[in-house]
Amino acid sequence: MKSGFPERAHVALRDMQLRRNLALATTTIRGKRAAVTGERGDWEELRVAGAAIKRRVLRHLEDYLLQFESSVQRAGGSVHWARDAQEANEIVVQLVRRTGASEVVKVKSLTTDEIGLNDALTAAGIRPIETDLAELICQLADERPSHILVPAIHKNRVEIRDLFRREFGLPDLTEEPTELAGAARAYLREKFLSTAVAVSGANFAVAESGSICVVESEGNGRFCTTLPETLITIVGIEKLVPTLNDLEVFLQLLPRSSTGERMNPYTSLWTGVAPGDGPQEFHVVLLDNGRTNVLADEVGRQTLACIRCSACLNVCPVYERTGGHAYGSVYPGPIGAILTPQLVGTAEAGSLPFASSLCGACAEVCPVKIDIPQVLVHLRGRAIRERTAAGAGERMMMSAAGWALAGERRFRWARRVGRLVQRPFVRENKIERLPGGLSGWTMTRDLPAMPRRSFREWWNGR
Amino acid sequence: MRVALFITCMNDTLFPETGIATVQVLERLGHDVVFPKAQTCCGQLHLNTGYHDSAADLARRFVRVFVEEEIVVAPSASCVATIREFYPYLAEQLDDGALAEEVEALTPRVMELTEFLVRRLGVTDVGSRFSERVTYHPTCHSLRGLQLGDVPLSLLRAVDGLEFVELPGATECCGFGGTFAIKNAETSSAILESKLENVVATGAAVLTAVDRSCLTQIGGGLSRMGSQVRTLHIAEILAAAP
Amino acid sequence: MTARDVILARVAEGLRDVPTGELADDIDVPRDYFRTVEGDAVERFIERISAYKTTVKRVAPADLAQRSAEQLRSRGLGRIAIPPDLPDEWLPSGVKLLSSALDVQALDAVDGALTGCALAIAETGTIVLDGGARQGRRALSLVPDYHLCIVDEQQIVGTVPEAIDLIAASVRRMLRPVTFISGPSATSDIELARVEGVHGPRTLDVLVVSPA
Ligand code: SF4
Repeated sequence: MKSGFPERAHVALRDMQLRRNLALATTTIRGKRAAVTGERGDWEELRVAGAAIKRRVLRHLEDYLLQFESSVQRAGGSVHWARDAQEANEIVVQLVRRTGASEVVKVKSLTTDEIGLNDALTAAGIRPIETDLAELICQLADERPSHILVPAIHKNRVEIRDLFRREFGLPDLTEEPTELAGAARAYLREKFLSTAVAVSGANFAVAESGSICVVESEGNGRFCTTLPETLITIVGIEKLVPTLNDLEVFLQLLPRSSTGERMNPYTSLWTGVAPGDGPQEFHVVLLDNGRTNVLADEVGRQTLACIRCSACLNVCPVYERTGGHAYGSVYPGPIGAILTPQLVGTAEAGSLPFASSLCGACAEVCPVKIDIPQVLVHLRGRAIRERTAAGAGERMMMSAAGWALAGERRFRWARRVGRLVQRPFVRENKIERLPGGLSGWTMTRDLPAMPRRSFREWWNGR
Repeated sequence: MRVALFITCMNDTLFPETGIATVQVLERLGHDVVFPKAQTCCGQLHLNTGYHDSAADLARRFVRVFVEEEIVVAPSASCVATIREFYPYLAEQLDDGALAEEVEALTPRVMELTEFLVRRLGVTDVGSRFSERVTYHPTCHSLRGLQLGDVPLSLLRAVDGLEFVELPGATECCGFGGTFAIKNAETSSAILESKLENVVATGAAVLTAVDRSCLTQIGGGLSRMGSQVRTLHIAEILAAAP
Repeated sequence: MTARDVILARVAEGLRDVPTGELADDIDVPRDYFRTVEGDAVERFIERISAYKTTVKRVAPADLAQRSAEQLRSRGLGRIAIPPDLPDEWLPSGVKLLSSALDVQALDAVDGALTGCALAIAETGTIVLDGGARQGRRALSLVPDYHLCIVDEQQIVGTVPEAIDLIAASVRRMLRPVTFISGPSATSDIELARVEGVHGPRTLDVLVVSPA
């Protein structure tokens, strides 16, 4: 079988530096989020509104897509449609080629990671330059981001210093974060001032006006969407919101859930082309790439409401231990565990819905009230039905259990068998080692032996 | 009041003392406890592991067994949460309108033990005495599923002689998650580690909770590390008579 | 079939469960969150934007030119880019003011920028620019390493919904680009240590103009 979450987690769990970085990062952001959501007396009302707006968009997506398209065109932009990653990449490559540019600056965008845009650009002889500090770190290190919000969470300052010393030719650089950020600033500023094409994603796309909204901290987003002559924005079709006024909900939900700030340093909202200010050529690529599959599943559909705040990652006990790479997907954590299998199918990502203890912490913080545990359970059902998860051993055990639980007499009989079977493993009323598929339990935990008398037998004997 | 006991397959098989204690508490309060013998399992194991056909069969069975009962009480938050949150889902997936109706009628009458005592009966003092240092782990399904909040604590606080100590990081998951503990054994164990540290740090003699499943995980870890901390279902503390 | 047709068809197919007669507006969006806040919006704005490591001072209208000159001097800044339409009474003395449309290379070479704003939000400590009067184009408040923003007390609204109401009007009417600024540029990408100023201005100062 292909390597799945357990195998990748096996590697990640042994990386003690990573475990410490993750524990620190997730606890810190968790605390900040709790403070700034707690100070709002209307937090629940904001969540309810956010969920409802997304529900409205998703149930009437066709109308909103068409409205968005004509709004962008009216404002002087062009709209392109991409069925899948390959088509989206081809469109972007074409558009960049037309400008004659050999480099593009990029704003951090999970969507472009999802479609593998950087590889496609590189293959076409165009150099993509990531401009978000953490994305730049990952790009220079040739590693995959591991957190939605702090993609280089898995790297510590010394590792980053060594990377920058090597890549920027700065042998005397220290590991002070201010200095490291300064080195990146100097390197990227020159790129911002000289690069003619930028590629961005979008946090929100407004159907009513054709506006795009990008939410960020560093200012690289502002640079990319302001200085270049040509701007290409890739928008997943689920990113639409109906009206400008709807932004009032999301601009409150997102920063507080995400970085735990009342407001992020910079939010850019632009509408087509503004004469004399910013890019004079503007393209939107509307991307499907599996999203319509998600839409078609009535239970899974709510996944498309996600605003990528990463609150669910930060509260997840699994993510906190394993980090993002264990998910083997662009989207890590609880959202990755439900989104990825729906985008790419369970054959590719069938182990992800099982990578959760179903503790529900994610749903409790999700600003758009996605019932993540429900979708996880739903996708587990799909993976089992499609035979893309679980080996023959598990299937046999589960059907045996199903058989035994289907009737009271069978249940009693099975228990008698159980008491016999457990015998060789029991010592002093407990089991310290189990064979085969069950050995995972006894790796770190004892199991009480089945007692001689069940509750039912006690009841009958009263 | 006639109370139908749903004991859960796990308690029935592995932890009869939890079931016995539940009966004792309810009878001490003057209730008429009945045990419908056809009951087996709510289907949680199959549901959460993805075997939804079997889960649906078990859900149908549960509904059939208990549909006539006025009130059904179970000493397990995760089973009650399964019934409340996922039976409607299963009925919907099966496109079974009749089942959906029965589920809608039945689920408000299925209650977790402490929920029944405090929220339905308005009782916090069940007349028990237990003179030990106790800490409490609010299980995920009781906390975030059934939203029990302080309900179990209010019962513990009324126990004569009980010395309560707060569990640090109480609301964090113990890492059990049913078959997750086996399929993702290493991750589950890494989550458990933090819980064990916190339990031991309290200096309590007893760890209690409203779910035997989570206690099996934490208790199994405590036993493996040779800790003297015992795990008891809350019913067993509430049943302890002076 | 074009990609557009295919995607739209897939969307329609995926939404077959939505009753044909259902309109988007049939889906209720309860908006029970706060639209206004109680208390003094100006005080709150000052408190909230200060939390982002921004220096905020209240000044009387008559002192504005002098106080902004002081602020720039205290930062040791001598060459300041300004939008072409700053009123005379705003202009600080003793610094070199560059008001013609500078290209980005020139903007990169100045010490800082001085602008007004469209409005400000108390609840979140946010300045909103929409390219309107006294603001110039976006590059002006972005490329220089320092930004001094002048906010008239009258421009401060309480909440994000109040701000969006006003901004939505200017976007609808004039398709203006809008920027929300809440403190200086920042990153926490390296071990979550907060560093001010990665790409945008590393320092943001604000003068709130209040009638004496
Ligand atoms: S699923 Fe919810 S909590 Fe997780 S990233 Fe998306 S919006 Fe945020």
